[in-house]
Amino acid sequence: MNPHPSLTPFQFVGCVELREMLGRKAADLQQLMEGIEEVPADSIYYHTHSYFLRYEYGPTLFPNDFATWVAVSVRDRVLSERLGLIDPFEFRDVEALRAQIVSTIDDHLQSLWNVPRVMHGDPFEFVSSHIIEVDLELSAKSLEEFRDHLATVDRSVLFNHICEAKIRKGRHSGDFILWIGSESGLNLPDLAAQVAAIQPMGLTLEGIRARTLEVLDRYIARPILA
Amino acid sequence: MPISLHAYRDIAAPGRVELLYRLSRQTTGKRILHITADRAGGEIGEILHTLVPLLIDLGLDVRWETMKGSPSFHEAGRILRNGVQGEDVRISDALLDGYREAVQQTGRTLDLTADIVVTHDPHTLGLIDYAPTDSRWIWRCYLDVSRPQRKTWNFLRPYIVKYDGAVFSLPQFAQPLPVPQFLIYPSIDPLSEKNRELEPEEIDRILEKLHIGREKPILLQVSRFTRSKDLRGVIEAYRLIKTQYDCRLVLAGSASPDEPDEQAVLTDIREAAGKDEDIHIVPLPPESSVEINALQRAATIVVQKSKREGFGLSVAEAMWKGKPVIGSETGGITLQIMYGQTGYTANTVEGTAFYARYLLNNPAIAQEMGRRARERARQNFLITRHLEDYLSLIILMGRA
Repeated sequence: MNPHPSLTPFQFVGCVELREMLGRKAADLQQLMEGIEEVPADSIYYHTHSYFLRYEYGPTLFPNDFATWVAVSVRDRVLSERLGLIDPFEFRDVEALRAQIVSTIDDHLQSLWNVPRVMHGDPFEFVSSHIIEVDLELSAKSLEEFRDHLATVDRSVLFNHICEAKIRKGRHSGDFILWIGSESGLNLPDLAAQVAAIQPMGLTLEGIRARTLEVLDRYIARPILA
Repeated sequence: MPISLHAYRDIAAPGRVELLYRLSRQTTGKRILHITADRAGGEIGEILHTLVPLLIDLGLDVRWETMKGSPSFHEAGRILRNGVQGEDVRISDALLDGYREAVQQTGRTLDLTADIVVTHDPHTLGLIDYAPTDSRWIWRCYLDVSRPQRKTWNFLRPYIVKYDGAVFSLPQFAQPLPVPQFLIYPSIDPLSEKNRELEPEEIDRILEKLHIGREKPILLQVSRFTRSKDLRGVIEAYRLIKTQYDCRLVLAGSASPDEPDEQAVLTDIREAAGKDEDIHIVPLPPESSVEINALQRAATIVVQKSKREGFGLSVAEAMWKGKPVIGSETGGITLQIMYGQTGYTANTVEGTAFYARYLLNNPAIAQEMGRRARERARQNFLITRHLEDYLSLIILMGRA
C-alpha cells in the first residue's frame, strides 16, 4: 500500500517563454521609474521573475533586472542594493510589486540633486514575456510518486508551479504547497508548511528543486508512529 | 541520416527534449515556410540546416525556399545588408530595380501558401507584397539595425511595417516599429562538426597539422580577420600576459583571399607578431569547422576582443566547450558572458591581460568557470532552445 496517497493526482505542467521587446528604453533613473509605472504588468513580471529561467546558478548581482541595470550601467550602488532586496514573492500581485519598486526609486530620487543616468553600457530595454504552458501528461498519485517526478522534470515545471501560480494566477502559496496541504491532495499540512518555509529568493530553480527534495525525502524517511 | 530531436536527449538540459515533444503537439501540421536569399552557409544557413529538419521531426510541415535572383539582386541585397547596419552605401536605381524584379519574380512563381512565413534578413523583405491573406508573416533579422543608413532604412521600412511581427537577436539591435518585435537569440548545434565532441587524439592530430604545440597554455581568438575584431589589441594583451606567463596566442578564423580588407589585416597582424614563434596566425578556408572545434577545445582561455560585434556566437561555441571567455563589452558578448561566473568582460587591452593572468594563475577557478559556461550554453544557446522559441512563436502567431 502506498503510505502517502492523494485524493486527486498532481498534474505536472511545464512552460516556455517567448520574449517581446516593448520598444521602450530608459537612459536615466527618472525614465526607468516612468517606464516601470507605465509598462504592462507582464513586463514587470518578466524583469523580476524571468531570471529564474535565464540563470542556472546564483546571479552575479541582484535577482531582478532593474537592480542589476542600476548597479552595472548607472553605477548607483545605493539604489541597486535597495532594489535588489525587494523580494517579489512577498507581494500578492504584480501591481503591489510595481508600486514598491516605484516608491523605492522615487524616494531615492527625492534625496538627490540630479538624476543619475547611464554611465556605462546600454539603456534599459523593457521586455515582456509570453508564457505558454506545456502539459507534460505526467501525474503523481502519491507523495512518493510526486517526489520521483519532481526530481527529473524540466525546471520550467518549477517555474510554472511556483512563480506563475503565485504571481500571475493568484494561487499565493504555489501549486506544490497547495496540493500537499489540501484535503483533496495529500492532506499533509505539516509537510506543506515545511515546503512553504523554503525561500525562493536567492535560489535558482535547481536550488529550489534540491531544497524541496530534501524536505520531501526527510518526510518520507521519518519513522511512522503506530 | 535525418536529424531527430531524440539525438539531443542526453545533450540538452534534463527534461527539455520531453518538454519540446509535448510543446510540439500544439503545432502539429502547421505549415511553415522559410525564405532566404540563398542556401549558402553563414549564421542563417547553419541554423536553418538544423532547425528545419528538427521542426519536420516534430510534425510540422516545413519548407525552406530561396529567392530567384540575378547577380544584380544579390549585389543589391549585399548593399542593403551593409546599409541597414549603418555603412554609408550607395545603391543605384538600376540595382534597386533589379531587387524589385527579383522580388516580383519570386513572389509570382514561388508557392507562398503557409500558415506562417518567415523571411530572413533584408534580401527577402519585399515578398510581403505577395503575401496570401490567410498567412502570418514574420521578418527574422539577424543584423544590428539600430543605426541604419537612413536612405536604406527608408527603402526597407515600408516593407517591414506590413509584417505581423519581427524577430531580432538582441533588444539593442532593433528599431522603433509599429509591429510586435520578439527577441530570439541565435544558437549553436552541439552535434555539428564545429561543436561535436572530439576525441583527444583527434584534437592532437589537428593541432599538430596546424603546427601548434600543446606544452603551453593556449589563448585563442576565433574571428574573421577584420579591423572590428581588434586582433592587434589581442596581440598587445598577449604581450602583457607573456611577461608573467609563458603561453601561446592563436588567432584563427576563415579568411578569403578575395577580400582585400582581410588580406590587409593579415599583413598588419603578421607585422605586429614579428618573429614571436608563440603567436600563431591561422587563416582557414570556410569549411574548417572541425579545425575550429579542435582549437577551441585545446584552448585554455578564449578571447573575443571585438570592437563591434553582432551576437558573437563564437563565444557560445567556446562556452559549450567548457572554456572561460574574456570578451569585450559589445553586442551579444556581454549577454553571453556572466561576469565573474563564466568569464569576464573587459574594456581595454590591460583589462583583457589582467583577467587572463588571473585565470592562468588560478586554473581551478578557470575550470569551474568553464563548467558553468558549458551549463549556461546548454540552457540558453543550443539549438534546442532555439527550437523552443520558434515553436512558441508559431503558437503565439496562431493565437493572434
